Amino acid sequence: MLDQTEGYITADGRQIGGTLMEMKNITLKFGGLVAIQDISFDIREGEIRAIIGPNGAGKSSMLNIISGFYTPTIGEVWYKGAKRPPMKPYEVARMGVARTFQNIALFEGMTVLDNVMTGRLTHMKAGIGAQALWWGKAQREEIENREICEKVIDFLEIQNIRKTPVGRLPYGLKKRVELARALAAEPSILLLDEPMAGMNVEEKEDMSRFILDVNDEFGTTIALIEHDMGVVMDISDRVVVMDYGKKIGDGTPDEVRNNQDVIDAYLGVAHD
Amino acid sequence: MLKDIFINPFVDMVEAPDFLLQVLWEGLVSGVLYALIALGFVLIFRSSRIFNFAQGIMVVFAALTLVGLHSFGVPAWISVLLTLGVMFVLAVGIERVVLRPLVGQPDIILFMATIGITLFLIGGGEIIFGGENKQMITEELGIPTGDTVLEPWGGLLILQHLDITVVVVACALVAALLAFLNYTQMGRAIRALGDDHQAALSVGISLQTVWVLVWFIAGIIALVTGIAWGARAGVSFALEVIAYKALPVLMLGGLESIAGAIIGGLMIGLMEKLFEIYWGQPLLGGNTETWFAFVLALIVLLFRPQGLFGERIIERV
Ligand SMILES: Nc1ncnc2c1ncn2[C@@H]1O[C@H](COP(=O)(O)OP(=O)(O)OP(=O)(O)O)[C@@H](O)[C@H]1O
Ligand SMILES: [Mg+2]
Repeated sequence: MLDQTEGYITADGRQIGGTLMEMKNITLKFGGLVAIQDISFDIREGEIRAIIGPNGAGKSSMLNIISGFYTPTIGEVWYKGAKRPPMKPYEVARMGVARTFQNIALFEGMTVLDNVMTGRLTHMKAGIGAQALWWGKAQREEIENREICEKVIDFLEIQNIRKTPVGRLPYGLKKRVELARALAAEPSILLLDEPMAGMNVEEKEDMSRFILDVNDEFGTTIALIEHDMGVVMDISDRVVVMDYGKKIGDGTPDEVRNNQDVIDAYLGVAHD
Repeated sequence: MLKDIFINPFVDMVEAPDFLLQVLWEGLVSGVLYALIALGFVLIFRSSRIFNFAQGIMVVFAALTLVGLHSFGVPAWISVLLTLGVMFVLAVGIERVVLRPLVGQPDIILFMATIGITLFLIGGGEIIFGGENKQMITEELGIPTGDTVLEPWGGLLILQHLDITVVVVACALVAALLAFLNYTQMGRAIRALGDDHQAALSVGISLQTVWVLVWFIAGIIALVTGIAWGARAGVSFALEVIAYKALPVLMLGGLESIAGAIIGGLMIGLMEKLFEIYWGQPLLGGNTETWFAFVLALIVLLFRPQGLFGERIIERV
């Protein structure tokens, strides 16, 4: 079994660290609807952790809890060894949690570069007055932010659309810009809600490569929701399986693949 | 009759180009101020979906505060700084007392709340500074009051130095605001929140901070317009009417477009002046400036319900 403090070594030989984020007995209700029922799992430092399950299983709700958009009805979120008090999403973001959305949430009227620059807002230090006057520290910060964003833009190979308003981009590129904005925050943990939904095979391959490269080069911990089983099994280290708000499996891709509950509940069910 | 409408005005324009310039200049002066006020509306609307009915009274309130402070013996420029301070406190107060408790309520409730703010400011302004008409402290602020006479094409063009100052200051303020919005992180946060609330939250933008900021910007704009109009027409609650000219500007430019507010403001300023001088006065007995902008906006809306520039690419959830 997994060691709580020293982490483990993955199938491809990467060292995974201790617990970064831990969900303890999370229950989430919307009125009478129980979207998540008593689920616990952890996310280790440096790990690529997948959450899978049929439509309506409660995956996005779980991600929304991690990023502070939803508050669990019961249960605790532990982050970097401490229990996290109830927080607004922007406060969670400032603690190093960046995310993308299932239905892409970009600033459509702004350019790609400006969208990516907003990813740096969590690192804003200069006061509003200094910014308004374009004063010393604010100016240095702007230049520094710009450099980091240009690196991310190069990394994701979107240099040629830097100045394009996001509203004009095709779907696949939007998904990439959203990832760029999240990466610009230099997050401790990156949450991706179906980063490959609606993409063709080639785009999926690109996105898989980017996710692996981010994890590899920056050591970023990643939690992702994905429906494409091939992709999930390929890139993730451990997988949580949800069905109707319950956790029905948790382990390496191989373990999950051979779990009878999972086979019955999920793999047998047709989904998009 | 048809000749009076379709031919004579243009003949007049061509025959006295210096006078046409004069008319255009005066239209421009009003136009930049309309644009400025509309910009305040747009910033607040984009970031909070609130149609700020109080914008007009904020102009009066800022001007009253400035003049009032000076009448208590505070030096002119210190009064300006203090008034800015008051507008900041007002922004913080509105966010705390009005916006924060009402967040998530239907738009109409928030709109009603801004009517409440309007009444509060009228009452507060009258109690503290009195309701009678006052002089703007134009000279004390060092705003030039003379005029310059030019003679284009051997004609005559009179530029009030006050008007020149107003245009220069208003343009500078608009330029500074655009630079702030486009090239600083806080400015990007304001624009981002206007585009997508959810995404804005996810990148660490605090609604409260942005709201205080946009209301404060609206306050700064109110003070500048209050000084400018106050210098021409005196400081009284009648000034409020000027701010409502921003309504047709917004109908033309769209509630969410920053560029639309600027272009719309300039267009209305210029067109209402042209109409008044060349059509209104000879044919309709004058005084058309009070209603022309509204009629123009209605006509435009008949053909383009989304406003002149309102090409909405954003689909909201
Ligand atoms: N804000 C909300 N209000 C009410 N019900 C909600 C809300 N968010 C999610 N739900 C409900 O919770 C359940 C789980 O939804 P969720 O979006 O988490 O599923 P999911 O696993 O992400 O599904 P999908 O694969 O379709 O994205 C669904 O029944 C959904 O209708
Ligand atoms: Mg989902």
